[in-house]
Amino acid sequence: MQAGNVAKLNEQLQSDPVLAPGHTYGSIEEKINTIPLPLTKRASKGWVLGFSIAFALLMLLFYSLGVLFARGLGVWGINNPVYWGFAIINFVWWIGIGHAGTLISAILLLMQQNWRNSINRLAEAMTLFAVACAGLMPIVHMGRPWLFYWLVPYPNTMAMWPQFRSPLAWDVFAVSTYATVSLLFWLIGLVPDFAKMRDRATDRTTKILFNILSLGWRNSSRHWHRYEMAYLLLAGLSTPLVLSVHSIISLDFSVSIVPGWHMTLFPPYFVAGAVFAGFAMVLTLVIPIRKFYKLEDFVTMKHIENCCKVMLATGMIVFYGYMMELFFGWYSAHDVEFFLINNRFFGPYAWAFWALMLCNGVAPQLMWFKPLRRNLPLVWILSLVVGVGMWLERFVIVVMSLHRDYLPTSWDAYTPTFWDISLYVGTFGLFFSLMFLFIRFLPMINIFEMQLLRHDQKHQVEGGFGASEEA
Amino acid sequence: MKEQTNNKQVELAEIRARLANAHGQHYWRSLDELAETEEFQKFVHNEFPHGLMNWENPVSRRTFLKLMGASMALAGLTACGPLQPVERIVPYVDGRPELVPGEPMFFATTMPSNGYGVGLVVRSFEGRPTKVEGNEAHPASLGTSSLMAQAAILTMYDPDRSQVVRNASTASTWEAFVEAIAPAIRAGGVRILTETVTSPTLASQLQSLQESSGVEWHQYDPTGQNHARAGAQLAFGENVDTHYRLDKAEVILALEADFLDYGPAQLVYSRQFADKRRIREDQTDMNRLYVVESTPTITGAMADHRLPLRSSDIEDFARAVAEGLGIDVGGKVAEIAPAEWVDAVVEDLKSHEGASIVLVGEGQPPEVHALVHAINNVLGNIGQTVVYTDPVEAAPVDQMASLQALVSDMQDGKVKTLIIIGGNPVYTAPADLNFAEALAKVNLSVHLSLYDDETSERCTWHLPEAHFLESWGDVRAFDGTASIIQPLIAPLYGGKSAGELLAALMGQGDAAGYDIVRAYWNEHLADTSERAWEGILQQGVIAESTLPAKKVTLTGRSFPRSPAQGDGLEIVFRLDPTVLDGRYANNGWLQETPKPLTKITWDNAALISPTTAQKLGLTSEDVVSITYQGATVNAPVWVSPGHANDSLTLHLGYGRTRAGHVGTGIGFNAYALRQSGTPWFGTGASIRKVGGRHRLASTQHHHSIDVKNPKLQELTDKRTPTIIHAGTIQEFRDDPESVHGHGGHGESEGEQPSLYPKIENTWEGSYGWIDSEGKWKGARWGMVIDLTVCTSCNACVAACQAENNIPVVGKEEVLQGCEMHWIRIDRYYEGYDIDNPRTYHQPLGCVHCEVAPCEPVCPVAATAHSLEGLNEMIYNRCVGTRYCGNNCPYKVRRFNYYQYSDLTTESYKLMRNPDVTVRNRGVMEKCTYCVQRINLTRIAYKRDTGQSGYVEYDDGAVVPACEQACPTRAITFGDVGDPESRVAQLKQQPHNYDLLGELAVVPRTSYLARLRNPNPALESPTATEQGGHQDSHGEE
Repeated sequence: MQAGNVAKLNEQLQSDPVLAPGHTYGSIEEKINTIPLPLTKRASKGWVLGFSIAFALLMLLFYSLGVLFARGLGVWGINNPVYWGFAIINFVWWIGIGHAGTLISAILLLMQQNWRNSINRLAEAMTLFAVACAGLMPIVHMGRPWLFYWLVPYPNTMAMWPQFRSPLAWDVFAVSTYATVSLLFWLIGLVPDFAKMRDRATDRTTKILFNILSLGWRNSSRHWHRYEMAYLLLAGLSTPLVLSVHSIISLDFSVSIVPGWHMTLFPPYFVAGAVFAGFAMVLTLVIPIRKFYKLEDFVTMKHIENCCKVMLATGMIVFYGYMMELFFGWYSAHDVEFFLINNRFFGPYAWAFWALMLCNGVAPQLMWFKPLRRNLPLVWILSLVVGVGMWLERFVIVVMSLHRDYLPTSWDAYTPTFWDISLYVGTFGLFFSLMFLFIRFLPMINIFEMQLLRHDQKHQVEGGFGASEEA
Repeated sequence: MKEQTNNKQVELAEIRARLANAHGQHYWRSLDELAETEEFQKFVHNEFPHGLMNWENPVSRRTFLKLMGASMALAGLTACGPLQPVERIVPYVDGRPELVPGEPMFFATTMPSNGYGVGLVVRSFEGRPTKVEGNEAHPASLGTSSLMAQAAILTMYDPDRSQVVRNASTASTWEAFVEAIAPAIRAGGVRILTETVTSPTLASQLQSLQESSGVEWHQYDPTGQNHARAGAQLAFGENVDTHYRLDKAEVILALEADFLDYGPAQLVYSRQFADKRRIREDQTDMNRLYVVESTPTITGAMADHRLPLRSSDIEDFARAVAEGLGIDVGGKVAEIAPAEWVDAVVEDLKSHEGASIVLVGEGQPPEVHALVHAINNVLGNIGQTVVYTDPVEAAPVDQMASLQALVSDMQDGKVKTLIIIGGNPVYTAPADLNFAEALAKVNLSVHLSLYDDETSERCTWHLPEAHFLESWGDVRAFDGTASIIQPLIAPLYGGKSAGELLAALMGQGDAAGYDIVRAYWNEHLADTSERAWEGILQQGVIAESTLPAKKVTLTGRSFPRSPAQGDGLEIVFRLDPTVLDGRYANNGWLQETPKPLTKITWDNAALISPTTAQKLGLTSEDVVSITYQGATVNAPVWVSPGHANDSLTLHLGYGRTRAGHVGTGIGFNAYALRQSGTPWFGTGASIRKVGGRHRLASTQHHHSIDVKNPKLQELTDKRTPTIIHAGTIQEFRDDPESVHGHGGHGESEGEQPSLYPKIENTWEGSYGWIDSEGKWKGARWGMVIDLTVCTSCNACVAACQAENNIPVVGKEEVLQGCEMHWIRIDRYYEGYDIDNPRTYHQPLGCVHCEVAPCEPVCPVAATAHSLEGLNEMIYNRCVGTRYCGNNCPYKVRRFNYYQYSDLTTESYKLMRNPDVTVRNRGVMEKCTYCVQRINLTRIAYKRDTGQSGYVEYDDGAVVPACEQACPTRAITFGDVGDPESRVAQLKQQPHNYDLLGELAVVPRTSYLARLRNPNPALESPTATEQGGHQDSHGEE
């Protein structure tokens, strides 16, 4: 390696670090650990306020579900052509959001992008909570949700299997696998930090709690060796999931013969959309958190910028997908398909389509510019815009395709009711309640990986080697 | 046994308690006395003292069973069955004679519909009538039935029906009434008001009542044929009924005559009309129908040429035609219609002398009726296609005059006692008569009716009427054929028939309906033996009672125009297509049946043409206030393409204030504007927008005309010819394939480009159902619907609802788009003249795709194929993901978003078809091709022929409810695999096509293209080419 290059790299790292300079191993641990510890301390006012709002929304979710179960699906705005509504839109949206976490923790790990270290835990937690929100949806949207287990292959007296030709049966495997692997990945990654929490705990209860959670971690090199192996294997296992889960979700649509759903393009386009939405959500969460908990040293502008770049790239793929949908509608020369694209342009829900184009097509283009990528308020607003855009995308696909298909006599409109909306808003309650609890009680940034970064940084600055090999 | 005794005691105690409430204090001196009284004995004999409680209050299943047990105990006590009528009823000739539990029995009976009888065969399970079908032996049914007949079952089991005799505001008994009425009859000043009476027994009773006690008899029925009668009087100088022989007519001109939808002979005319339009490859003769009307009707939609004209202008059109035919109409004829139209019609009629018909609707004044008789006379139709008989009505009178006379006598205090039998005059009488006010001046008023309605409320006595399915009676059909009304069940709520009431007025309060009817016919039948009587009951028809054709001579020679109505906005009153004059307002099936053209449910609306709407600045659902002759009502507007301009149609039958839980307070009351002088139309109405909107629950609100964007409109219109294959008969003769446009048959059996191996009949290949040559041996059920003869009368929709226990969901759910009908009749408009578009109908249920897209997407395999090719729903496996519904390109699947089926109302439990699952919340459902009927037939075949495995059916052995009901026989069902079957042969027809066949789903239901027979003088072939065959593949 040329010394000049190393100097240049060091200079760059100095000016645009993934970990702000001046930290010691101790200060990192101190900084991160004191957010949850001691567990019994009074939460900050801001936390209490935020959690209260989230919890209220969670109660709204329970209320909405209570009404749904007591009265039936009729409380929603769905009807005979539009058999699916908010529940399925929310399902796809939440599952998509989860993808960023898996991508960050698994794929970036395998690609040795060590800038991921400061945001991966938060992103993994986000994945987990998003999957919880998503997993709720297919169950509650069933007409008879108490029979949801009929979708699971288990030996039964009816001698019936689920029907494996149906993409909804594939969903069961895709989502349950995804939830399991994500949970394991997150938990395994937490083990060394649980041990640190245990060691730092001052009261007995916390000690016992983290003692159990840390699975007897003693920081021996044998532990580290096995940990690294397990983590790598899980990363390998998760990597195909990033691609497979949303591909299978997309097959829920593309297997059908509904115009607007029946599209071979869907799997890659859905995966890109998922990563796009996921990174937007990461930014939505990280920007306020780093401000609130003063974690600017660990989550630096470098991270923000990298997230923006991923969003730009995946956003372009998604936009390509939109264009292809329109192209296929025209090129198929099938009158129903052709009507579909015109209905998107001019139909009663055209506003949703044009808003989608604005949110996911135009807005992300701002990220081409470095000053804009470093403008935190703008990036945060953009991340929200993309979140809205991705939700609209599913609205366009689900509702706009169903409400006018083959026979004009069967057409109808879909108007969400209060119970549709409360279900959606309520899932934010579930998501943020879990998120607030996570921030309050667990280290939201991976301590030992930050320490590793510190280690690498030190070597880069002092010896001028190691970084290029590690990074 | 001991338990039963206990039950009985509990029950008796309850009866005592109820009597306490019912009779008031003066009956109560001691308990023992009560037990000894005749009142008490009578009460015990009353069929349903317990049922009374059941149907009034929702009770738990446990309580219900307990009460049923108690009722059985009492049944033993009184030797009276709980359900079956006491007298011997005789099963229909096709049915099995003995009751086998679980197997249906069939009985012939007759439905009185506005006074005229329509023969029915009613299916009964263990004494419970569950489904009405047509009686082939009856001349007014010909084996089919109407929408109203199909819905009669629901009215019979309606828990809102009146259940107690009421005197002022207290409950009373029949015996108390009989006691109270006798002195009133003796006192004189008694009037009886009935609806149209054709029943021979009632007529003879009324006659003897008039003779013996000086009672005067009035008749009023808002559906009465006053104008037709007066017109015949003008033309022939005598009272005659007019009958049409549409089976002999090549050219038909209907002047606002909605003969396919209304009237005592509706089913017959529909069948005769359709028989002349059943186009096959080797049968291309077709009649031609011209319709001139203001309100779009199903008859207008069937027309080869339709001319929208204001009702008040139709007379001028008729005069122009008459003049063209050489009749001296006297005076100048206003030029109201396009001259080429009149000329073409005249020429066409002239060239079909003796084989044409001009019909005129009841709404037109008598002068037009007289003129039309003259036209038919000139055309030589009389005796050929137009036949006259003596009136079928027992006492034909001008009912409007009869009612006016009654009201004026009531106002003058001449009427001491008024007995109203049936009808609801407080609601239906013209507004200017103010019947309610006059009624208040009558000392003693009695109302016998099914419901405790607006009239009952204002009468001193209300008597619950027995439904025709639970009482004995007789009635004549449109052609005079008499038939017996045979009860299927003992009166559920202890009602009395009209005959029993009349007997009571004559002092025979305990006469049974059966005895009254039997006594009459014993005097009038040649053979009075029990065997002959049973033969009549079995067939449902009294032979040789049909009225003979009568020779008439036209005496009227001058044809003055009826008094001109003046200018201004015209207002037209029409009977509602589903609830008629309001009598069916409490029937949820009828309320939820979409009106044939507007597709509105649960409401009536003021219909106006698009041009008039534009002129007045109105859109659909705007609330307007309509003022006519000093009265005002508020009504929502519905823009109706094809309506005459400057005209406004109001349907009667809504705005009921005391109809029951279902019918009260929906729609607006058009009777409030109706005047006795101008009962059907008048001019000078004014309309004013009052602001606000009233949502109308139309089942097809997002049809092309509602697509606001012109580009989308154009694309939608382009699709219509691919959905409805249509053409003219001439094109069909020249090239039968031309009706398919460029789309071809759309059949998928031919060569379909596919990357996959052929997946036809994936369900085959097991159970040894394939013979050695690989041919499928089992049945392959399929259906063909002939669009050329489907009139969209809705009979199939109601038949399906009755057969398959389809729930009613209510207006809110229809608005939401969650209606449950398994058959929907799609309506398409064609042509760019929005004021007179061509209208097409397409009944659509599940088409049972061989490669059904719904099946592979269900995660639990709740919808699957049967070996006979049905796409079946397994309700108890369904978890309700609704993916099947999304993936159905026809969108014919229906989902139970709520618990729509009423599981608690006891009477509905009796009503349901026990062979069909009652669906619960959260499951999908759809047309099954009436799989329960297939299964019944299969079981019977296996039992009777010893076949096992697959079954070889005879053609026509399985008749689904829709095919059975269809008045025009547009629906054919059978085994597609049997080349001899009717359905297989229809599928060979050149104009057969699969809807959405290009999706390669291989639907088992296919359609025969809609063919028209336009007059070349009115429609150049090129114009047809543009209108009917747009190139749907412009992009290719």
